[in-house]
Amino acid sequence: MAKKVLVKGVEAIALGALEGGCECYFGYPITPQNEIPEIMAVELPKRGGVFLQAESETSAINMVLGASAVGARVMTSSSSPGISLMSEGFSYLIALELPCVVVNVMRGGPGLGGIEASQGDYFQAVKAPGHGDGRFLVLAPYSCSEAYELTARAFELADKYRNPVMILSDAILGQMKEPLALKPLNIKNYPKEDWALTGAKGRPSRVIKSLFLDSRELAERNLKLKRKYKEMEREIRYEALYTGGEKVIAVAFGSMARICKEAVLNLRKKGYEVGFFRPITLFPFPKKVLSKMADLNSEGVKFVVFELNCGQMIEDVMLSLCGKAEALSRFYPPSVLPFPEDIEKELKKCLKPSGSQKA
Amino acid sequence: MRLEVILSGFGGQGILFAGNLLALCGMHQGYQVSFLPVYGPEMRGGTCHCTVIISDKEIASPLVLEPSYLIIFNLPSFIKFMPRLKKGGLALVNSDLVKKEEIENFEELISGKRVIFLPLNTLSEEVGAPQSLNMCALGAFNGLLEIFPERIFKKALKEMLGEAKAHLFEPNLRAYKRGFEEVKKLG
Repeated sequence: MAKKVLVKGVEAIALGALEGGCECYFGYPITPQNEIPEIMAVELPKRGGVFLQAESETSAINMVLGASAVGARVMTSSSSPGISLMSEGFSYLIALELPCVVVNVMRGGPGLGGIEASQGDYFQAVKAPGHGDGRFLVLAPYSCSEAYELTARAFELADKYRNPVMILSDAILGQMKEPLALKPLNIKNYPKEDWALTGAKGRPSRVIKSLFLDSRELAERNLKLKRKYKEMEREIRYEALYTGGEKVIAVAFGSMARICKEAVLNLRKKGYEVGFFRPITLFPFPKKVLSKMADLNSEGVKFVVFELNCGQMIEDVMLSLCGKAEALSRFYPPSVLPFPEDIEKELKKCLKPSGSQKA
Repeated sequence: MRLEVILSGFGGQGILFAGNLLALCGMHQGYQVSFLPVYGPEMRGGTCHCTVIISDKEIASPLVLEPSYLIIFNLPSFIKFMPRLKKGGLALVNSDLVKKEEIENFEELISGKRVIFLPLNTLSEEVGAPQSLNMCALGAFNGLLEIFPERIFKKALKEMLGEAKAHLFEPNLRAYKRGFEEVKKLG
């Protein structure tokens, strides 16, 4: 039986990275994710890997770029303001088609914000991690076990698509402890011999670059990336509970999904017909799944999107539904953390027919 | 079986250590558990608290509005969390730092709830482990509920202390046992 440990979400992420075969870590400290570099600093040298605390996030992400270019399995981790500092590097990594894993344990923003839990970086993660037309594959765990599994899997997916993969977590999930079974995960390796910069002895030299002054070449690179994002749709993951014929479906990701799930399960015990939907891949977003759900529940189903921000994922839900069903936003800025009871109240209000809701 | 506990006291009273240890004992006993420390600037002053859930089913929300149990180490925690204790819930309270007569609306706060006062500082001092009042509280709490046997506590405590703090094992265990015995006397 796999060894069971009681760990914080951030510790689970670090252990997942080691299971995923991470060889190099570059980063700069920031609350609430410092346990990740702490563990990597101890473990990587033991395994012949590299741990390096850079002088800034900008340096760290460019070190990631260098290590990735020579074929290493590499990661960095940070929290919201630090992630913004890395965004130039993110854009280059995407353009150069270099795999890496980036962990964002979100805290409150904008600006320096605070250290409370937040999901305020949703847009940044799924829409525009850097400038230009680039995307990350974004995974949002909601438990310590999932943080471990998804982080390990992220290394495989990054190599598979030659694209950065982001683990989007937050301070609640990062700091809470849960049991974690350290099971081996069979993470695949993809050959890098045909593109990595490994020294040109005995073969023609290679160039990894993102500057394309020939406009046709640049257009081709963009279209290639676009095709890749389409292919990534094979990786779509989600959790759906009671989404067959319910009148109201709560939609949430990450730690907010934990609070919502509790509320939905409690309401069901009391006889309320409510469902629960949790996207695990935030990009690509499970659009088709939501769209089908709207078709199935044709008689006025409402999707209520709960987020620890001022309303971001609601836009992707609305785009998925294409107006076939109503989508409502319930938003909680940093420091306004709802309890399951608060979610229950909101869902009950939504269960009432629209007319009486206004009264 | 499901129980939710909020442990609360001053920073430095070992609140987070005790909460973490309680969750670890629950895990070793084969339960699903979650441990959520307070997070944010609150830690820099006033009360420090954490939430532990022990259950035989999957735990969805790690946040609990109305816990079934409280372990209260100081007065500000009593004032803050008693209103949130579930009706019929039980609070284990440190009588060395929480005096009934100092609380204006005491009767109102405890209405419909069970409260057990134990002098946690005094008891842990008695066994020569004044810093282990948190373990004394855990002993008392487990004495009341018998969630796990003593060997599980010993295993978890050893794990939590690690090699660096292994010398603290005995005093902590003494405080745990003292708390356990004390609540058994209550009958």
